Amino acid sequence: MEVKGEIYRVAGPVVTITGIKPRMYDVVKVGHEGLMGEVIRIKGDKATVQVYEDTSGIKPGEPVENTGMSLSVELGPGLLKSIYDGIQRPLKVLQEKMGDFIERGVTANGLDRDRKWEFKPTVSSGDSVKGGEVIGVVQETMKIEHKIMVPPNVSGTVADIKSGEFTVEETVCVLEDGTELQMMQKWSVRSPRPVAKKLMPSKPLITGQRILDGLFPVAKGGTAAIPGPFGSGKTVTQQQLAKWSDTDIVVYIGCGERGNEMADVLNEFPELEDPKTGRPLMERTVLIANTSNMPVAAREASVYTGITIAEYYRDMGYDVSLMADSTSRWAESMREISSRLEEMPGEEGYPAYLSARLSEFYERAGAVHSLAGFDGSITVIGAVSPPGGDFSEPVTQNTLRIVKVFWALDAKLSQRRHFPSINWLTSYSLYTQGLADWFTENVAPDWIDLRDNAMDLLQQESELQEIVQLVGSDALPEDQQLTLEIARMVREYFLQQNAFHPVDTFCPFDKQYKLLKAISRYGEMANAALESGVPMGDIIAVESKDELAKVKFEEDFESALNTVMTKMDEEFAKLGGK
Amino acid sequence: MTKEYKTITEVSGPLIFIEKTEPVGFGELVNINLPDGTTKRGQVLDTSAESVVVQVFEGTGGLNDESGVVFTGETIKLSVAKDMLGRILSGAGEPLDGGPRIVPDDRIDVNGASMNPYSRMPPEDFIQTGISTIDGTNTLVRGQKLPIFSGAGLPHNEIALQIARQAKVLGSDEPFAVVFAAMGITNEEAQYFMEDFEKTGALERAVVFLNLADDPAVERLITPRMALTAAEYLAYEHDMHVLVILTDITNYCEALRQMGAAREEVPGRRGYPGYMYTDLASLYERAGVIKGKKGSVTQFSILTMPGDDITHPIPDLSGYITEGQIVVSRELHMKGIYPPINVLPSLSRLMNSGIGEGKTRDDHKAVSDQMYALYAEGRDMRGLVAIVGKDALSERDQKVLEFADLFEDRFVRQSRDEDRHIIDDTLRIAWDILSELPESQLARIDNQFIEKYHPAHKAKSE
Repeated sequence: MEVKGEIYRVAGPVVTITGIKPRMYDVVKVGHEGLMGEVIRIKGDKATVQVYEDTSGIKPGEPVENTGMSLSVELGPGLLKSIYDGIQRPLKVLQEKMGDFIERGVTANGLDRDRKWEFKPTVSSGDSVKGGEVIGVVQETMKIEHKIMVPPNVSGTVADIKSGEFTVEETVCVLEDGTELQMMQKWSVRSPRPVAKKLMPSKPLITGQRILDGLFPVAKGGTAAIPGPFGSGKTVTQQQLAKWSDTDIVVYIGCGERGNEMADVLNEFPELEDPKTGRPLMERTVLIANTSNMPVAAREASVYTGITIAEYYRDMGYDVSLMADSTSRWAESMREISSRLEEMPGEEGYPAYLSARLSEFYERAGAVHSLAGFDGSITVIGAVSPPGGDFSEPVTQNTLRIVKVFWALDAKLSQRRHFPSINWLTSYSLYTQGLADWFTENVAPDWIDLRDNAMDLLQQESELQEIVQLVGSDALPEDQQLTLEIARMVREYFLQQNAFHPVDTFCPFDKQYKLLKAISRYGEMANAALESGVPMGDIIAVESKDELAKVKFEEDFESALNTVMTKMDEEFAKLGGK
Repeated sequence: MTKEYKTITEVSGPLIFIEKTEPVGFGELVNINLPDGTTKRGQVLDTSAESVVVQVFEGTGGLNDESGVVFTGETIKLSVAKDMLGRILSGAGEPLDGGPRIVPDDRIDVNGASMNPYSRMPPEDFIQTGISTIDGTNTLVRGQKLPIFSGAGLPHNEIALQIARQAKVLGSDEPFAVVFAAMGITNEEAQYFMEDFEKTGALERAVVFLNLADDPAVERLITPRMALTAAEYLAYEHDMHVLVILTDITNYCEALRQMGAAREEVPGRRGYPGYMYTDLASLYERAGVIKGKKGSVTQFSILTMPGDDITHPIPDLSGYITEGQIVVSRELHMKGIYPPINVLPSLSRLMNSGIGEGKTRDDHKAVSDQMYALYAEGRDMRGLVAIVGKDALSERDQKVLEFADLFEDRFVRQSRDEDRHIIDDTLRIAWDILSELPESQLARIDNQFIEKYHPAHKAKSE
């Protein structure tokens, strides 16, 4: 039944309506053009709606219609390779409907209604199915098998199941109680999808980025934050993660960021290859682009849209990683709406519920045992853009209280062109202990030691640097000068990584290990030589040491490294000493 | 039939409150007829069945409850035509040059719609500005938004004008236009711009919007939108490459804060409204290139940082939206270096897509990175020298220190009308100063480039 109300007041994206009795978070269509909005407050006979589109020219008295549904996303085959705005409208469809600029009042389905998918049932009549269980599969892309699941709140006995080509709206299964199931299901974005059990994360997310994998790993199912001032490389890091991390599915949310940057992502991703499968990266990716000049309410919704899609794939047993760039823009959209509602502000004008919203969002990450009995995970990596690069501001602080990994970007490093400009002294990962077993088993038994030594060197370096600032490096004893030199090697040879270099952009674990091992080998030989009286100048002048700087760029890393290391052994033998 | 309401119940700062109206649209343009016969204009900020809040552009002086209010039924629109080129308009789009009104080809809503990210072309055409610190180390590309972060008393206007004069895409003579919007700048500054435009003939291909310091602050909120609407029209309807210069963004943000305070909004950082990011984004994001269209909109805004503080909300929020920034440094200015651009905090995010083989030259990125790294180190070294003296430095460190001086003196410094070619001048100078260092110190440059471009090798092969 359709009940119509009318607009009482319009003030920017906040519209007050009267005449209907919606439930909280119901989606309503506002005005003659039917602009989409969501109920965010109810008071007496009036309700306040945040509208996802521009409200210029909308007048009091125009009609309002309640859809009776909360803000939902469409889940089913066809999500992968899609590019959506913050409320799951495909940008390509919007372009076809309205041209190059986004006009208002246009609706577009998240999933293509005409496309047919080959549905293969995995249950037969008479089987009993519970919420979340799989009834059939669809090959969505070459590598991803899309599992069609019973919606979490439905269960029963299969009366009829079909096989063949269907659209997402056609019924593929009927239960004995008459419930018809389609390949598409809808889920309200603001409520997490249920799981059987949450698990402790125990495997690392391999990103191919040396400083991340090597020093500050994040677990599959973990949470990480990348805060940094503008120009420090947040977006490049996020994009590197989206490109190279070893998950099955990537959901990338461009939340309130630059249009040209999104255009770059939209252009580049379809052309990139997944290093594991050799297929285009888009085949495992869902992109959500709500740039800074698109409506602010849709920006607020975009992270929820993204994480709901991530949960859906997690339920199928996939490892999903979700990048949100940037959560600060999301927090600002909350602030903006809250201020229009004239709510009592908390710190720096942000609403008092900022911390609760952030933690609710990050809690939707995790490694889980799904209702269907699969193990899946969502790793959430949120970029934070602290104003003025000041980490004491509310969004950074509230985020740090929740996330387990902190990759601190540093403008000083990026000015020196040290990339990725992640500060090794202030960053941390709380997963290093939990993942230690995995590293020992899968990388090398001595990996943990190597890493700890490297960290130790970097720590010593920063202490020594303070002295050098005062007295100059020549005043240091020789062994400390050598420490500085080796630390420099760790920084420049290991930590620096060129995201735009075809070889160096992705560094497998094995290569990371060998590289760090080689630096450590130099350190051992150099220290031994120094002890046996070889002059410091000769040790530093070893040619193979400088050559080591370039091996990471070599196509054939192994042989290049072997050549350099053999030469290093020879050179040290010549230096004499013991 | 438009009704005139005489039901103003409250006048407060730039706002008026009107009761008992027919339904009025949000954002509608309003005419207010004063008893003395003058007319002011305003815009609807808040509309409900009971009352309407209007913000008045020209200030509320002289308004009283006998003034009549007419709602025009449409949002603010700009009349556009190709004839706009060569015209000087007020901040609200009215002719100021004594010329006739513009015969509109079209009337466009000044707020614009947001560009579908899917329709955007990633910008990649190199624009040569003739200034080494921009072309060489912070390259501007078509469709980019790259503001100048400056401070009071620094020569940002000269730099902007030099760019407006010299900017070109090499090997192309596609139609090119400048849209200039002054927001709250002084009459003197405006004169300076106008004279330069006239002298160099740039005015013929320019549209100028002037909102001066003594014009109403509220109008400043409309001026850049007018300018960008004109720019989009010229770019996408007439295939022109448009360079938009907005000056000064700081005045715009002050006006935004003033309005926020008048509306009794909850203030954000330093009293600026919480939606300032979104508001600025709605300006800056109107730069870009659209797939399948010939024209483009490039933005080069000027922003003076209050107290030279780059963490102030205005430069800070801008930096998060724009694709980099050119930072003008007081320190270099004091040393008498023009243009006093400090490359270290400067950045062009789109540089990598605009340079390299086929665009500028294959060694461009490596050379730029190498200079950045050495200059950063050299500047640190200056601090060290102040404490321990030059003699305590190693030979290598002394070379690096000298490099920093050379860099400022030869690469950064150039004259106000020096139009440097990227390859013949900018990169040549770069190699000249880099060659003062031993080759082994050029670790960021591939050997193949050293062999190809290093003056010592070049001399040998010639």
